[in-house]
Amino acid sequence: MSNTNKTSKKVRSQSRAYKTSLGITYILLIVMGIIWLVPLLWIFLSAFRCEYQPDGTFIGTVTSNFFPKAYGFKNFADLFTATYYGVPNAFPRWMLNTLIVAVIDCIISTFLVLSVAYCMSKLKFKMRKPFMNISMIIGLFPGFMSMIAIYFLLKSIGLTGNPDHPGYSMVGLVFAYSAGAGLGFQVAKGFFDVIPNALVESAKLDGCSNFKIFMKIILPLAKPIIIYQALMSFTGPWMDFIFAKVIIGADNSAFWTVSVGLYSLLFGTHPDTNLFTQFAAGCVIVAIPIVTLFMFLQKYYVEGVTAGAVKG
Amino acid sequence: MDSTLTRVPKNKKSISDLFAPIGKWFSNFGKRFADGSIGTKLSHFIFGAGNFYHKQYIKGALFLILQVAIICFMVFCPTINGTPYGYKALANLSLKNVSEGGDFDPITGEFSAGSDCKLMILFGFVTIAVIIIYFMLMKMSITSSVKADMDEKIGKKPSTFREDVMELFDSRFHITMLTPTCIAALIFTILPTIFMIALAFTTYNSQDMNDKGTNLFHWNGIDNFIAVFTGEGSLGMEIKNRFLPVLGWTFIWAIFATLSCYFGGIILALLINKKGLKGKKIFRTVFIMTIAIPQFISLLAVRNLLGEYGPVNGLLQDIGATSGPIGFLGLHPGDSEALAKVMVIIVNMWVGIPYTMLMTSGILMNIPADLYEAARVDGASTVKMFFKITLPYVIFVTTPYLISSFVGNINSFNTIFLLTGGGPVYTGYQAGGTDLLVTWLYKVTIDQGSYNTGAVIGIFTFIITATITLITYRRSKAYNEEDTFQ
Repeated sequence: MSNTNKTSKKVRSQSRAYKTSLGITYILLIVMGIIWLVPLLWIFLSAFRCEYQPDGTFIGTVTSNFFPKAYGFKNFADLFTATYYGVPNAFPRWMLNTLIVAVIDCIISTFLVLSVAYCMSKLKFKMRKPFMNISMIIGLFPGFMSMIAIYFLLKSIGLTGNPDHPGYSMVGLVFAYSAGAGLGFQVAKGFFDVIPNALVESAKLDGCSNFKIFMKIILPLAKPIIIYQALMSFTGPWMDFIFAKVIIGADNSAFWTVSVGLYSLLFGTHPDTNLFTQFAAGCVIVAIPIVTLFMFLQKYYVEGVTAGAVKG
Repeated sequence: MDSTLTRVPKNKKSISDLFAPIGKWFSNFGKRFADGSIGTKLSHFIFGAGNFYHKQYIKGALFLILQVAIICFMVFCPTINGTPYGYKALANLSLKNVSEGGDFDPITGEFSAGSDCKLMILFGFVTIAVIIIYFMLMKMSITSSVKADMDEKIGKKPSTFREDVMELFDSRFHITMLTPTCIAALIFTILPTIFMIALAFTTYNSQDMNDKGTNLFHWNGIDNFIAVFTGEGSLGMEIKNRFLPVLGWTFIWAIFATLSCYFGGIILALLINKKGLKGKKIFRTVFIMTIAIPQFISLLAVRNLLGEYGPVNGLLQDIGATSGPIGFLGLHPGDSEALAKVMVIIVNMWVGIPYTMLMTSGILMNIPADLYEAARVDGASTVKMFFKITLPYVIFVTTPYLISSFVGNINSFNTIFLLTGGGPVYTGYQAGGTDLLVTWLYKVTIDQGSYNTGAVIGIFTFIITATITLITYRRSKAYNEEDTFQ
């Protein structure tokens, strides 16, 4: 009798302890969640800020009040029609530039990554191990070192912003983004490694060529990793800032990607602190599609990240 | 002791492994020349001759066309932007006879307008790559001829062009699949890297050269590396006085940034995955937001939020905590360097923790439940279970990630560039208080035009990251048992 009483007491105290710890967890998570959201919320609110000075001039700078005193869509309207750095309707143009680069980069990069990963994982050949080591060593050089040389290289074949054909710089940027993609095969290889070799062997016994195995067996199974790679390479150009800045060039403002453009509003050669709210509006426009994409493909993203963690 | 004993023969083997194929290649070469048919012998000089001999006309023609193209490239020296390829590019590689202030063509012995030493180096390397490709083609041509010889000897018909193409989609599929990446990586990764390494051994400083109105510079051996210790290079005393502080801060930054995000991420993952917690998905989504939003947006948002006129400083002044704005990020000269350093590490946690959280979440769920069961039976506390089971397991699984994230942090350009821009500024120097080697490299090259010093900084960065990675990675299970994973 006393024994059961003791156990139930213990259980009760345990459940009380559990409840407190759960409560603390909630509080911690909510506090952290708020900390994580505050800067983003602030940019979001700033995008809709519509405050005026007493003399009627618009306040576009950073202000010390977190919540705007008045809301409106003026920043968005201005953003889409304004002329920045001598380019009329600059923002929609930058968005379009980025979209074009992103789509082409996505197709080329995904193709390269998948083909290399498949070779490394499922084909046996002499140069396999050396290739893996070399690609690892190359990955250790800071990207900037090659970035500057890539700029000279592209310049010597006319694929940077030369005055006659400024648009060629976008071709150069696509090259710069996607050319090295094949060397980042590790995550996809980790995924292919999990596909049983027996599947490949039996197909081979049935007389399938390696090409057919790749197309008919591996690719259909590889949907998660294809989506992961496509997501990564599609969002890359929207997130990258420094490659685009160097390769497209400071004077070539009509062909900037959106990140270079938005950065230049605040910190470029002609910075204007009064453009902060327009900058914020631009950030919201850029962030919404990318965040939506991430949210929809979250499952695949997490899968890829986890695979990358274990395989290195 | 034991491990060193077992490691030595392995290392030895890997070195001899490296050289054995080269010796074999040469001995094969002579043997094949002696034993081969007339076609094979001719293939050494006229690519595809062996294929013509065996009536494989298309293949032979392809070899021949490529050979002729390369020879034309070498002899006729196509010129781009006033700088030649081909044999002239090889001669140009010496950068000799180019006197300051004049454009001297070493081949014609005349001064030519528009000579450009950086293009001479670049094109010289491209030409060397083409020569290497020539010899690879030669080997392919001989091999293909020998194969046809063999086929004939055993009474088989030499393969048709169609069969050869089919083979590229089956037994030699890896060649088809890897060629695009190899070509792209050669042009856009390997060549540029070698080029930048080469610049470290030159006097290439575009500001100096602009002042003199020339595109010419020359080799200067290891002077730029010595300048790190003497301060007599193109960057003056900066490289000597700022190198060690920047290097030290790069290490401190990388260690703190890696560990804070790593353990913060594990703790966050434990919190979110706590049994009985509701709204897991919502919490996770909140944290994934910071990953999904481009860094230039989120980091510039924080920069303005913490800025001189931003809400944080506004709030602090409203409640009377400070009288004037605090320079959190060292954006103005005279701001506290220590505060800026602490702030970038904290803000980096904001960026990096969600990523580790995502990764460790999956791993935490894979920890065998019976481990905890057994520990609970033994009366272990939650804290003890965390340190004895959870942490060792997670660390064991994620060691490769830990290394790669350390290397990633050494090369973490975005965080520093977008948050502090390297500030607070040291008057008279490019490198500010929070500059890492990579952001310094950027300033030195793009802003300052001192490409040779930038390349030296880049090489040092590479040496550091490569040493760390090779030591730890080669010892790790993931690498050594890579094959068993398959």
